[in-house]
Amino acid sequence: MSLNGRSTYPRITRGVMAIAALSLMAACTTDAPDESDQPADEPAPAATEGAVADTDSEWFVLADYERQLAQRDVTPEGPADQPWLQMIEPELVDMSEFADAAPGKTLCFANASVSNPWRVTGFITMQEQVKVLQDEGLITDFRVSDAADDDNQQISDIQAFVASGECDALIVSPVTTATLTPVVESACEAGLPVIVFDRGVNTDCMATFIHPIGGYAYGADGAEFLRDNLEPGSTVLALRISPGVDVLENRWAAAEKIFAESGLEVLGNEFTGGDGATIKDIVTQYLQRGDVDGIWMDAGDGSVAALEAFEDAGKPYPVMVGEDEMSFLRKWDETAITAIAPVYSNFQWRTPILAAQKIWAGEEVPSEWVLPQQPITADDLKAFLEANAEMPSLHYAKFGGEELPGYPDVWMNR
Amino acid sequence: MTRPVRRLGALHPLTPGGHWAAYLILVLIFVAVFWLNPSFAEPASLMAFVKKAAPLVVLAVGQYFVIVNGEFDLSVGSLVGAQVVIAAKMLNGEESRTWPVLAFMIVFGLLIGLVNGLVTTVLRVPSFITTIGMMFVLYGAIRLWTGGAPTGALSVAFRQVGRGGFASPVGQFQIPWALVVVVVVAVLAVSLMRRPFGRTLVATGDNPRAAEFSGVHHAWVTTRAFLLSGFLATVAAVLIGGYAGVTAQVGAGLEFTAITAVVLGGVVLGGGRGTVPAAIAGALTLEALFTLFNQLSVPSTLRPTVQGAIIIAAVAFAALPRRHRSRPVSGAVAPEGREPLPAAG
Amino acid sequence: MSTAWSVTRRRHRLGSTEVVYLALLGLLALSAVLVAASGGNLFSQANLVDMLTRSSLLGMVAVGQTFVILSGSLDLSVGYVVAWSSLVAATTMAGDPARVPLGIAAALGVAALVGLANGTVITRLRVSPFIATLGVGLIIKGYLDTQYKGPAGEVPASFQAFGYSRIGPLPVSAIVMLALVAAGAVVLARTRLGHHMFAVGGSQDVARLSGIRTHRTVISAHVLSALMAGVAGVLIASRFGTGSALVYTAGYDLNSIAAVVLGGTLLAGGRGSVIGTAGGVLILGVIDTVFNILQVDPFFKDVLRGVIIIVAVAVYARRQIDPSSRRTRFPAGRTAGGEAR
Repeated sequence: MSLNGRSTYPRITRGVMAIAALSLMAACTTDAPDESDQPADEPAPAATEGAVADTDSEWFVLADYERQLAQRDVTPEGPADQPWLQMIEPELVDMSEFADAAPGKTLCFANASVSNPWRVTGFITMQEQVKVLQDEGLITDFRVSDAADDDNQQISDIQAFVASGECDALIVSPVTTATLTPVVESACEAGLPVIVFDRGVNTDCMATFIHPIGGYAYGADGAEFLRDNLEPGSTVLALRISPGVDVLENRWAAAEKIFAESGLEVLGNEFTGGDGATIKDIVTQYLQRGDVDGIWMDAGDGSVAALEAFEDAGKPYPVMVGEDEMSFLRKWDETAITAIAPVYSNFQWRTPILAAQKIWAGEEVPSEWVLPQQPITADDLKAFLEANAEMPSLHYAKFGGEELPGYPDVWMNR
Repeated sequence: MTRPVRRLGALHPLTPGGHWAAYLILVLIFVAVFWLNPSFAEPASLMAFVKKAAPLVVLAVGQYFVIVNGEFDLSVGSLVGAQVVIAAKMLNGEESRTWPVLAFMIVFGLLIGLVNGLVTTVLRVPSFITTIGMMFVLYGAIRLWTGGAPTGALSVAFRQVGRGGFASPVGQFQIPWALVVVVVVAVLAVSLMRRPFGRTLVATGDNPRAAEFSGVHHAWVTTRAFLLSGFLATVAAVLIGGYAGVTAQVGAGLEFTAITAVVLGGVVLGGGRGTVPAAIAGALTLEALFTLFNQLSVPSTLRPTVQGAIIIAAVAFAALPRRHRSRPVSGAVAPEGREPLPAAG
Repeated sequence: MSTAWSVTRRRHRLGSTEVVYLALLGLLALSAVLVAASGGNLFSQANLVDMLTRSSLLGMVAVGQTFVILSGSLDLSVGYVVAWSSLVAATTMAGDPARVPLGIAAALGVAALVGLANGTVITRLRVSPFIATLGVGLIIKGYLDTQYKGPAGEVPASFQAFGYSRIGPLPVSAIVMLALVAAGAVVLARTRLGHHMFAVGGSQDVARLSGIRTHRTVISAHVLSALMAGVAGVLIASRFGTGSALVYTAGYDLNSIAAVVLGGTLLAGGRGSVIGTAGGVLILGVIDTVFNILQVDPFFKDVLRGVIIIVAVAVYARRQIDPSSRRTRFPAGRTAGGEAR
């Protein structure tokens, strides 16, 4: 179309140049001078045989890695039948500044979201735990805000809680570690006890930070299992959910290190978004190009889809790393595969409530409350299956709520 | 102008300015895939490809009906997700409930399509907005119902459609039911477009005022397009649920993928142009592209970049020949209040 | 129906902007009652700050989206621009207070480039805005996922205060948003560019025939939209203390479009106002806050948002929208049927 008599080709050229410029910018890594504390980027994920050295990088801190791996073998302090109260190597801190024996407390909880079955299970458990304390009269008001996985929303939620002045304690499950740090610090400064659990933040001003041993240990549990159950030279496919989520990145960093030292060949690590169809498709395509002897996943979402890919392709099952989600455990039992279910202890959702109780009672709590993190192995499988036989398939076996009122109906009929 | 069309008949889409670009890209990508991995040409691999591509193909056909009519349906992603979650929760693994639940899903899908259609036509809300609103409503309502994440499980019978198949009469492989579904949907859609309804659909998309003046009942035509979209989204949900089971993010972003597939197939946003085979070609192209990414071991994180660049390039390329035609290429013919785009032809 | 009578009728009708603000007032009244019934005060300082904070980021993005939609286009890449500019700002600042202006400039520069790319692809390559901005957004997404895995960069404490401080009940972020709204209103009402946007959105051909450089207008609209998203990204960086790629999942694209149409702007372009958009954003922000105070299930918020959007646009479509918020130089034919669709 040349209404004004101009030729059309310069327009195309300009357009193509615009796209080329944008794509070049995307391809080049010449952003503004980068003097931040962000160390050299890892190269784009590909087969990583022997590529990882023992040095720190953005997601791999050697000291933390070794500490977590060692903590797996430490006997936790506390009752063995109540793992949500156990502590590993605790450094107890005096909490008398927050002690307040009066009943009728308001407990506030800024939740990241309930956007996946793990969080849904945990939140149900937490609510049941709160009911126990409500029956005792300690808590009268349990206020929850849900940020739908939006950092900005959660910052506003926490600010709203702090500004209301009515919270006697604030529990936070952050959406992202780094971005929630400033607002948690401001909450600490406001003088109320802040309890952080699950992902954590980059400060230690809070009363306690509750978490299971950690991502390195989780990743290592799975990677070591593969290393011990596969011959050197066997192939392993790593399936990851998303880049940039620190808990998940730590898991992969640990696994990558172990694979590099193990003689296993990592075919690739793919981001799946946790979507079953994507997972199945990716695994199917790898199977079309050769054998896959082991699958490592950074979380159990879609683990069943991965196994089904092998079924549909008519290939023998791999050595599998899943999670304590019931659908995976049941599939494991049904197919008799060699597998392990690393656990990101779901019962950690009970601990913050009990920590608040301790703090109000003036008891000491650890500045960092490390909960045990024990994978489910073939030996424990039957026991967990029986205990959760009536539970829905997206329930998590280590939810820790068996003696709470409401068991089993509240979880069964979620 | 109609006589040359009739003479060419089935070959019309291949004429320049038609959708040859879509087929060309499809062929090129498949050639690249086969060349990189000859085993992809084996029947088993091709059937696996069909199983994974089937949901998008069906969804693209549904989206085609709506887009060729000049509308948008952005609610299909949420609808697919909602349907899979509904199925899982209602079935809870019970085989006996499979048929009743399927029937319910179809009714639900048609109901959503009906609401979309009526709100767009009777309440005069632009379909872009209607379907965005419906997307939010479905997203929230389903999670209100399930408490945040999916629960329950799909029955084996339900999953057969997306996952199972029957033994092929020739050779040693399995023909997936998904392929049968796709073929049936394609044949029905093509024949539907040849009927008066189909021609009316395109005509209304091209120039709604002229269509009104020729006696077309615009509201009913558009509503039927949305009904088809809702129904086909339900079929896609059955296929996806069967293929992959239930995961928390099922259906997320599918509406954009479906629209991309349709546009890649040369269907013009704004309506009036495009065919069902081209839309299907676009969907297959997109799925083959994802396969190609895998073959080339393109880092997962870089794939959206390549996808975005290809989408822009393909649409820009398809827009080229039209600029040399004598047809006016401007926003004036785009129906007012329909969709917010300066025309690309 | 005589023209004189229809003109008189039209004068008595409220413009869409007025309708939005009436709805906002109604919502505030209803919410105040509900909150008071549950023992709170909707207009306490804390809640006011909350409402304004929740509105500010979306508000900035929505102002930009208004420009684009008025011009008859669409911008689906805003979420990615917000994420990218937050990262550029944070990594450029690198914890050094002296580099704050450089960081802001770099972030806005990057945003402007994206807007330029969007506009160029739409006008020169003649790709529809839906596809063009979707494609550009995906290109950026891939870059962000590869180059930055999640949060990166560090914002110095002095600039972090910007995201948290306030003057009285007004958070600084809300002040910036309101300033941008005011600036946007001025641009649309008083500048040639603003008038051209209305014209191009109303009818591109007629605008071109009357001598308006339509391509330049569309490109400018996209650059402005991306700049607004860039400002939002800088603000996010200050609130987070770091930049974050994951911000692109927060739904800024569809939510900003929702706010724009809620504010009475026609999706097809040519009619609307930034003030109305601000009203739409405030409505969404108030709903967010009230739901939080009343502890309503957050998923109900999504259902309500969807319903409100549809109802609002249905109401606007049903009524004769006040032509005084139009700026088309050559009004599209008001036929004997009087259809203003």
